[in-house]
Order: sequence, then structure tokens, then C-alpha cells
Amino acid sequence: MKLVTAVIKPFKLDEVKDALKSLGVAGMTATEVRGFGRQGGHTETYRGAEYQIDFIPKVELQLVVDAEIVDQVVDAIQSSAATGQIGDGKIWVTEVERLVRIRTGEEGSEAI
Amino acid sequence: MSIDSGDTAWVLISAALVLFMTPGLAFFYGGMVRSRHVLAMLMQNIFAMGIISVLWSAIGYSLAFGGSGPIIGDFSHLFLGGLSDDGSAIPMMAFVAFQMMFAVITPALITGATADRLRFGSYAVLIAVWSILVYAPVARWVWNSEGWIYSMGALDFAGGAAIHINAGMAALAVVMVIGNRRGHGTEPMPPHNLPLTVLGTGILWFGWIGFNAGSALAANGIAAQAVVNTHLAAASGMLAWLLIEWRRAGHATTLGAASGAVAGLVAVTPCAGFIGGASPLAIGAIAGFVCYLALGIKAKFNLDDSLDVIAVHLVGGIVGTLLLGFVADTGINPDGADGLLFGGGIELLKDQAVAAGAVMVYSFALTWLIAFAISRTIGLRVDEQAERSGLDQSVHAESAYQA
Repeated sequence: MKLVTAVIKPFKLDEVKDALKSLGVAGMTATEVRGFGRQGGHTETYRGAEYQIDFIPKVELQLVVDAEIVDQVVDAIQSSAATGQIGDGKIWVTEVERLVRIRTGEEGSEAI
Repeated sequence: MSIDSGDTAWVLISAALVLFMTPGLAFFYGGMVRSRHVLAMLMQNIFAMGIISVLWSAIGYSLAFGGSGPIIGDFSHLFLGGLSDDGSAIPMMAFVAFQMMFAVITPALITGATADRLRFGSYAVLIAVWSILVYAPVARWVWNSEGWIYSMGALDFAGGAAIHINAGMAALAVVMVIGNRRGHGTEPMPPHNLPLTVLGTGILWFGWIGFNAGSALAANGIAAQAVVNTHLAAASGMLAWLLIEWRRAGHATTLGAASGAVAGLVAVTPCAGFIGGASPLAIGAIAGFVCYLALGIKAKFNLDDSLDVIAVHLVGGIVGTLLLGFVADTGINPDGADGLLFGGGIELLKDQAVAAGAVMVYSFALTWLIAFAISRTIGLRVDEQAERSGLDQSVHAESAYQA
């Protein structure tokens, strides 16, 4: 089992979700986060005063998937979240040691 | 003259409109502060509706409008006692209600300058003392027929000097005593919720119709003229601010639209019932430009007038009070005067300048003394920990937005 984490542009969330659902992914968690990478922040102007806003809004998506489909999942996120503009975000994959469905107590792939 | 039901109805409705401006101001300011201080800002504004109303009925009204004398009233109407109708077309109590709402909003204007650092108890003492020692006498001077500014011939239809110059100068004095926000100039402090500010602007604009046109104290042609003047100055103030903002900073912003409208409303306040034709458009436009340029004053003197009370209310009030010396027109209001551009000579402009200057000096001096006395006794600002963690939690034990 793998944990896939992706930081994406907020307006891309629905496209990414649809792409993942069409792969048969059963669930995911999305969190509103703020951050910056190579894109940096942007400036905002209030009553003539400029503010440098470093942390800009992003969505962080997390889902646990079977190891067999993890590459498909990553590719689907990459292609559906890409705009080609700087600031599209990142995807990373980590190993999951244990997974439990709280309602039933099922473990491992059964719990995905 | 007997009581006129139409006049009375309009003044009572106007009292309600002016009351509504204080929560409007709360939202106008509240949107501009950071999210951990927003309840403290809303609280300071609505609290004025509580404490000032009580004080005004107990003593403020009597000091402003009781007895005779050019400087201050007397104690003849404590707790609104001893009032009788004076033969005008509205009941005395309608005038009391209308004036009470003015007394409420004026000290609330100061809160924009001292955002995010003023102790709540000290704020209560500050506006209570200020309302009695500063607002009541100035209202006397400007609006009571015995008052020295009124008798001199200066005009202030709805409070350019008595309200906006007065509160703006008080804001300057309090900022000088309380000091800047921690992190001012080094940390970004952008507005946390401009939709609230736009909402507040709408409420202020709406209420200002009653503020200015209600000051006719009658439902007549002058009130109608004041409605139109008020609205047009807000409109042209918005356009002028957006134009200069777009040329200088590259974007037309919602905060700019809101600020320009309020600048126009402030400037037309002293003029509303004395001018006509294109004058309100000119006053709004000039206020929009001048108030935008005045935003730079606070940086120049390193004064953390956090939400620009000086640039908008003090400068806007001065602009309107002085411009009235040019564009007042007895063709619109025979009880007014003619300004320089309407054949009245320099006399009115001189009176307007004296009125503005006197209110500036008095308000600054008294407010500085009151603020200084508070800072040396119970303290004026919260400690660093409270300021850093936000007044909402540290002062009021609440959060505006739950995680």
C-alpha cells in the first residue's frame, strides 16, 4: 500500500478527483493548505501599499492505494492537474505500514 | 408652528438610518484588520452604541444643547429631563434621538486608527470622557444657535467639522500616544476579509442618506437636495479614487472603491444641504483624489493610523468644510450663505477655515491629554503577548472563525 500526496492548484481539484474516480479510486482526502515553491508568492496592493504574499493557497490531496495501481494514480494526477504554468505543484509517494478501517476493524488492502 | 407629521417621520427614520451606520462602520473596519483582531474591532464599534447612548441621555445632550452660552450647555436636561417642544415642526425628542446617533458614531470613527492594540477598558474610558469633554462642546459650537461657530456664520450641515475633523484629529492624537502596532512596517498586515468591508460600505452609504438629509430636520426640498448631493459625492468619490489608484498602482480595487465612496461621503457631509448643481460631483471627486494622496501622510511621519482615519475622515472633513466656502449657494438654501464662486466673497471661506482650525486644535489638544492621562494610569494598550496572539482571544476570550 502506498500513500500518494499531491499539492495542486485549488481550481484543479475537481478534474483530479474525476480522473482518480475513473481509475476506480474509492476515496481521498483534500485539505486547504498554503505554501510556495519555485513559483514564489505574489503581490497584493491595499490602499496603495504593496504586500508580498509568500504563502499562496493550494490543495493537498491524500489517498492510500494498492501498490499495483500507484503509478497509474500518479500519472492521472499529473496529467489532470497540469496547466503547464509555474505553480502546478508536486506529487510524492510513501510506503504505508498499516491501514485500518475504523468501522469494521478490517486491515490492509481490505480497508482501502 | 405645530408639529408636522411628515417632518417628524423623516427625522425619526433618519435617526434609525444613522444608528445603522455604526454597525456598518464596524464591518467597514472589521474587514480591514487581521482575522485574530476582528471581533475586537466589531466590539469597539457596537460598544459605542451602548456606552455613548447612556452617557448622551444622562449628560451629553444637556451639555451640547441645554441652556445658553457659546461654549458649552448646562445641566438643565440631565437624563433628558426638562425638555419641551420649542415651536419647531418636529418634537424635541425627535431631535434628541437623531443627535444621539451622531454622538454614538463619532467616537467609533477613532477605532480605525488604533486597531489591534487598544485595551478594551481603556477604550471605554477614552470614548466616555471624549464624548463629554470633546464631542459635546464641539457639537454645541457648531450646531446650537448659541454656539460660537454657528453664530460666527460658519456652516456645517451634518458634521464635517463636528464629526469628521473632530474624530480624525482625535485619531491622530490617540495614535501619537498609543504608538504603532508591533510589527508595523516589517510584517505584512493585509485586510483579512474585504467582503465585510464592502458590506460595511454599503451600510454606511445607505445610512448616510439619513445622516445628511435628516440634518435638514424636515421632509422638504433641502432634504431631497441633500439626498442627491450625498449620493452623487459618494459616486464621484469612488470614480476619482479608482482612477488615481488605477493610474498609480495598476489596478482598480474593491477597497479603493469602498474608500473613495466613503471619502466622498465624508467631504459632502458639511455641504449636503447648502449646495447644488455640479458641486457635489466636484466635492466627491476632489475628496477622492486628495484623500488617496493623503494616504502617504502616515508613512511620512511613521504614524500607524492603521485604517487611514486621518486620510479619509480628517482630510476628507477638511476638504468638505473648506470647499463649502467656495460652493455654498443661497439659491439652494436661503438659510445658508454664498461661497466665493457664488458671489459671496471670501467671508464664508474664512469662517469655514476658522471653524476647521478651531475644531482641529481643540480636539487634538483635549484628546491628547485624555489619552496621555489614560496611558499613565490604567494603560492604553495591551501587552505584547496579547497583541501578538490577537485581541479576540486575549481580550474577549472568543474567536471569530472556528478552525
